[in-house]
Amino acid sequence: MGNMKLNLKIWRQKGPNDKGQMVTYPVNNVSEDMSFLEMLDVLNDDLVRKGEDPIAFDHDCREGICGSCSLFINGEAHGPGRLITTCQLHMRKFKDGDTIHVEPWRAEAFPVIKDLATDRGAFDRIQAAGGFVSVNTSGNLVDGNAVPIPKDDADKAFDAATCIGCGACVATCVNSSAMLFVAAKVSQFALLPQGRPEAKRRVQAMVEQMDKEGFGNCSNTGACEVECPKGISLEHIARMNREYLAASVTKE
Amino acid sequence: MARSALLGSSLAKKYWMALTGLFLCIFLIAHLAGNLQLLDMSPEGQLKFNEYARFMTTFPPVKVVSYLLYASILFHAFDGFLLTIQNRKARPVKYAYEKPGANSDWYARQMALLGTLILVFLVIHMKHFWYEMHFGDLPMTVDKDGAPLKDLYTVVAAAFTQLWYVALYVVMMGVLAFHLLHGFASSFQSLGLNHPRYTPIIKNVGVFFAVIVPIFFALIPVWMFINA
Repeated sequence: MGNMKLNLKIWRQKGPNDKGQMVTYPVNNVSEDMSFLEMLDVLNDDLVRKGEDPIAFDHDCREGICGSCSLFINGEAHGPGRLITTCQLHMRKFKDGDTIHVEPWRAEAFPVIKDLATDRGAFDRIQAAGGFVSVNTSGNLVDGNAVPIPKDDADKAFDAATCIGCGACVATCVNSSAMLFVAAKVSQFALLPQGRPEAKRRVQAMVEQMDKEGFGNCSNTGACEVECPKGISLEHIARMNREYLAASVTKE
Repeated sequence: MARSALLGSSLAKKYWMALTGLFLCIFLIAHLAGNLQLLDMSPEGQLKFNEYARFMTTFPPVKVVSYLLYASILFHAFDGFLLTIQNRKARPVKYAYEKPGANSDWYARQMALLGTLILVFLVIHMKHFWYEMHFGDLPMTVDKDGAPLKDLYTVVAAAFTQLWYVALYVVMMGVLAFHLLHGFASSFQSLGLNHPRYTPIIKNVGVFFAVIVPIFFALIPVWMFINA
């Protein structure tokens, strides 16, 4: 165990309808080699031993690829540091004696389930609205590599596809806009020939679902791009703007 | 889709915001070019400006464009109001601790506030000059042919003998500068015009535009105050 002492201010909320409040927890014996989630594990272990309700927070792979972990730490999505998720944030980023604020993602479309865990089902519904390609499953599958794709397009599509759907873009946006997420999901198909047949319908359906979910509007502040753990570029938002404009103007 | 995608959707609102905003940027250039004539405070300069003001308020094609301009200002403000309301609703519970400066510029986040200040300024500005020119009881002078001519120049010169009025204009041009600093390049992004080769150029032109245009606008009241 380490020797860092921290003062945590954590959002506690018993359930979706509870009002919730920030509660202060002192934590001792924190090692600078711990990830932020491991530090919360230590605190929860403490709380359980004392018979208190442990703090609920989302986590799964703990290696930065699943998109489960969230947390708004000291005013930033996934805390200080760039191109990382909260499981990749280490306590060496903080100093002994620091006060750390920990809050859930804040958005109308991401309601709090309990404490720091939010319901990000809105992203699933946007994805289900059009974020796929319809593939022939009748047995005569086409070899994907038979279709020539320019290297640059393949690279950009892959960059877009690295989005893990964590919701940091929404959490960090002053407007709680989901544009970076939706743009990444639109772009990963729009750039490839396999995605073109359904491109118009896809962008319209996904934007319509995004609006229905109650996300805010993009005002191009660029905060999402900075806080995105995968470095998804604003270029994808511009591509979605183009795709949607073209689809809306040419719609019959 | 039940509603027209080009009117109701979040992206459509941004397209209209960008298009009206860019049109207003073009207007700023024309407005500045015309009003720089105010810097010539000689009798010939005053006559030239008054004839220019008459031309701008009577020449039919200019009048058509001016109606388009009024519509653009009102729509830009109304659309911005709708967007801001939706954005507020999208985050009903605020963060207890925020550090927005870590990832974005304050003026990019405060476009609604800057825009509201500009709208209030426009009401004052248009009441003083536009309203007076169109409907007010202006002092009269004569043009080169001896015909009666509204003396807008004297009204402007009189307004800019007041220090507080000059100060208001200079401060508001600072507000405009920050609005443009984000708005100019942002409008291209909203319209989907982002390209690794051209976007840096658009951003640089935007910064140049946002600095130069308000500086020259602010120069007019300062110059007239000093030389009054």
